[in-house]
Amino acid sequence: MNGHSFTFHGAELVALASGGLFWPAERLYCVADLHLGKSERIARGGGSLLPPYETRDTLARLDADLAGCAPKTVLCLGDSFDDLAAAEGLDDNAALWLTRMMAGRRWIWIAGNHDPAPVSLGGGHHGEYRHRGLSFRHIATPEESGEISGHYHPKIRLHMRGASLSGACFLLDAARLILPSFGTFTGGLRASSPELDGLMGPDALALVLGRRVLAVPMRGAGLAKPG
Amino acid sequence: MTTLPPPLARWIAERGWQLHPHQSALLARKDEAALLLIAPTGGGKTLAGFLPTLAELGTVPGPGLHTLYISPLKALAADIARNLRAPVEGAGLAIRIEDRTGDTSYQKRRRQRADPPHILLTTPESLALLLSYEDAPRVFAGLSRVIVDEIHALAESKRGDQLMLALSRLSALAPGLRRVGLSATVEDPGAIARFLARHPEPCTIVEADPGPDPDIAMLATRDAPPWAGGGGRYAIADVLDEVRRHRTTLIFHNTRAQAEIFFHHLWLANDEALPIGIHHGSLAREAREKVEEAMVRGDLRAVVCTGSLDLGIDWGDVDLVIQVGAPKNVKRLVQRIGRANHRYNAPSKARLVPANRFEVVECQAALEAVRDRDLDGEPRGPGPLDVLCQHLLICACSAPFCADTLFDEVKSAGPYRDLTRADFDACLEFAATGGYALRAYDRWRRLVCRDGRWHLRDPRSAQTIRMNIGTIIDTETLKVRLKNRRGGTPLGEVEESFAATLTPGDTFLIGGEVVRYESLNELTVEVSREAGREPRVAVFSGTKFATSTRLTARILALFQQSDWPTLPDHTSAWLALQRRVSRLPVADRLLVECFPHDGREHACVYGFAGRNAQQTLGLLITKAMEDAGLSPLGFVASDYATLIWGLEPLADAAPLLDRAALRAGLDGWLSGNAVMKRAFRDTAQIAGLIERQHPGRRRTGRQATFSSDILYDTLRKYDPDHLMLRITRDQALRGLVDFGRIEAMLDRIGRRIDLVRLDRVTPLAAPLILEVGKVPILGTGRERLAERAAAELIAAAGLK
Repeated sequence: MNGHSFTFHGAELVALASGGLFWPAERLYCVADLHLGKSERIARGGGSLLPPYETRDTLARLDADLAGCAPKTVLCLGDSFDDLAAAEGLDDNAALWLTRMMAGRRWIWIAGNHDPAPVSLGGGHHGEYRHRGLSFRHIATPEESGEISGHYHPKIRLHMRGASLSGACFLLDAARLILPSFGTFTGGLRASSPELDGLMGPDALALVLGRRVLAVPMRGAGLAKPG
Repeated sequence: MTTLPPPLARWIAERGWQLHPHQSALLARKDEAALLLIAPTGGGKTLAGFLPTLAELGTVPGPGLHTLYISPLKALAADIARNLRAPVEGAGLAIRIEDRTGDTSYQKRRRQRADPPHILLTTPESLALLLSYEDAPRVFAGLSRVIVDEIHALAESKRGDQLMLALSRLSALAPGLRRVGLSATVEDPGAIARFLARHPEPCTIVEADPGPDPDIAMLATRDAPPWAGGGGRYAIADVLDEVRRHRTTLIFHNTRAQAEIFFHHLWLANDEALPIGIHHGSLAREAREKVEEAMVRGDLRAVVCTGSLDLGIDWGDVDLVIQVGAPKNVKRLVQRIGRANHRYNAPSKARLVPANRFEVVECQAALEAVRDRDLDGEPRGPGPLDVLCQHLLICACSAPFCADTLFDEVKSAGPYRDLTRADFDACLEFAATGGYALRAYDRWRRLVCRDGRWHLRDPRSAQTIRMNIGTIIDTETLKVRLKNRRGGTPLGEVEESFAATLTPGDTFLIGGEVVRYESLNELTVEVSREAGREPRVAVFSGTKFATSTRLTARILALFQQSDWPTLPDHTSAWLALQRRVSRLPVADRLLVECFPHDGREHACVYGFAGRNAQQTLGLLITKAMEDAGLSPLGFVASDYATLIWGLEPLADAAPLLDRAALRAGLDGWLSGNAVMKRAFRDTAQIAGLIERQHPGRRRTGRQATFSSDILYDTLRKYDPDHLMLRITRDQALRGLVDFGRIEAMLDRIGRRIDLVRLDRVTPLAAPLILEVGKVPILGTGRERLAERAAAELIAAAGLK
């Protein structure tokens, strides 16, 4: 499996190059910020008519991860739908596809700020979820430890000696793990932004997505500077 | 012959003035539907354009808008308003003259629509906005004349295409509208005339006396220019001498970064504290206006500037133009030279300062072209479809339209005269539904057709469309402010990608000052003053023009001389050395030099195809090298060559330059490249696929916005025949990718490729080693480097 393995509060986890997270021992797969139905939501509001293919693309990538990991449990960490109308307005093909992926496994929708209420697609609905000492929720809480969340869509750009590195990333420190956004039409928030900088400890790592997952110190450029 | 109103004729006579022949000619031909005046700078072009209006309006004009004046610059519109008021008020004519730009207050703009002045001075974007309002038919109903100033500059960009579509609209609203274009000297007046006139109507061209030959030469300097490098620092003392000897000197640079460095060093050497300013497009508006005002007052002895001063305000006191760096394009050089001595029939004086030895050759070729009056220019293609998409939305904002009528109207615009109905319909479909193969937006389409007319589905979307009018796409920039308690003085802007490389404590130059990067606050770079440190340089954008085909041909011809008596000794010796250790490039062969340098293998391909094409060549060749296992690490392109470095030496260049392979690379791999994505971003914004501005939307967390690259990749994957991709490809091939010039080069060289193996950098390759804009190749070689660097960082940080 193409990813970066690490231990977090006693759990052996794998950060996948796709942006998903896998916990092999528990056969638990976790993904954040799918934002399904985003282009339709924008058009509905009188905005741009964006290419209406992002739900299809997001589901295809999710499907590939599920085929590779074969999880028993899938956790969607919130903002799975761009809004509740998008969840209800999902076209038949997409709804069918989702239902097929959900079949035969436990599926949990965590509430996000875009999709706070349950949707009619089945699966369980939770504000947050705890499992073997780890807590899963949409937005990180500063005082929590052993927490896995999404919401911020972290990304990073680092200039290292002889090379530069940029892309969406996981952020990891002793207390928490923040997942990158999985949805195709999603942007990112720089790891150096005040919100993320304030949330993550001094030893935080960024696990940067690319053809492979590369671990670097989250504030790498600062550390790399001589003197 | 039409006569001027007696008070105006008297006012002119009292000043002892006489009309120039071309001014009288425009007055005599004022009833023609389209007129193009070609006149050198300082020829009284603008007055020539307005005289017929003043003659027609007379002493006591009736109400209503008579003449619309369009200029590419806001500052120019305001300046002309001032200049025109002098004769009008002096002669006691009751003519109301007002300007209208993005800077005009909301109240004044509203009033102008309710009660338009006789003469309105505006920009293409403000005109497009006026046409988007429901009351456009009433405002423009009585319009008689439209004057397009600096039309040679507008005709080179999408702003001009948008303006011509706007004129087609105006001609429909005001039948009988007459068009006048005012142009600097150009190589093909007929092309501008066809651009301006209502198709298929004719356009009369009036050419003014071009005036005396300019006094133009290379600046003699104490030191020889360096082998490599840009910016002309070696000539600082000589330039200061010239500034001292003249009243006012304009010192032009090709890039903003070079202008900054030069200004910095000029200032350090300026012991007498001569008043010298700096002016370029990345400076804050306040800073630019201060320099412009000081210039108008005659307070400055010199201004270091970029193309931002190519057009515009008449500064009679400029008596010398200095061009630092090679001019790239003879026509632009001639127009720049015209900035000196803005008086008719006085020769302009200009000096060229080549930044390195190669540029000495370029400057010499340009000087000869100026003397031969051999102007250059690449013909532009037909009107782009992204601009048409925007025009359709603008039309829908004003009133529902009938597709057939609008199609005929659009085809009357010069740049769109060959538009097919199929392309028009594709644009209409895009504006209405997004034009996707997957019909997704039936409920949420933008335009709907009812009773044969196209309407906005949601009238509220008009506001968003209006906010996104225009074809000027800014690179993503961040404002730079001095950090202090009161919010801080704005200094200017830097590119976001440059800001991302800064860490606190780094220093860079902006507005001639060395500043220290403190922090990034929202979308503002906060800095403090930091005198006396050697700065890193801000990488500003600024268009990079490719050296024209004509000028390139002259350079290649110069290389073929057996010796170079017209060149300075240092440069002829340099060329002789190149001829001895390697060869000089010739037009019908391709020289490829290979040599080791700084621990890497280098290959230099002298295609002489212009910067954009050489850049594309770099992308295509390095991809082929990657596939061949030669592990290229990066390349850099200039107007005449591409320099590639990597881990393995190049043994055979011919397979890399095979026409079919290059073509295949272009169609396949290159379409996923950053160059294409950049072209797509511009197209998507102009066509209205991406909104730059949205009413009531604050820029909150940046995770709300996502990059246009994602849209591009999605379209390529799921809708490869989409209109936006077709437009992107057409434009990239002509502009950023410039594949046409690669093909022209291949035609020129045939199979005659000379691969020369050397043990060190050659004189001709040296300038490229220091060229900015190096492109890293994200291949296997670099991946290994990144992994190693990441591991070192982790180890250094003691994290595991």
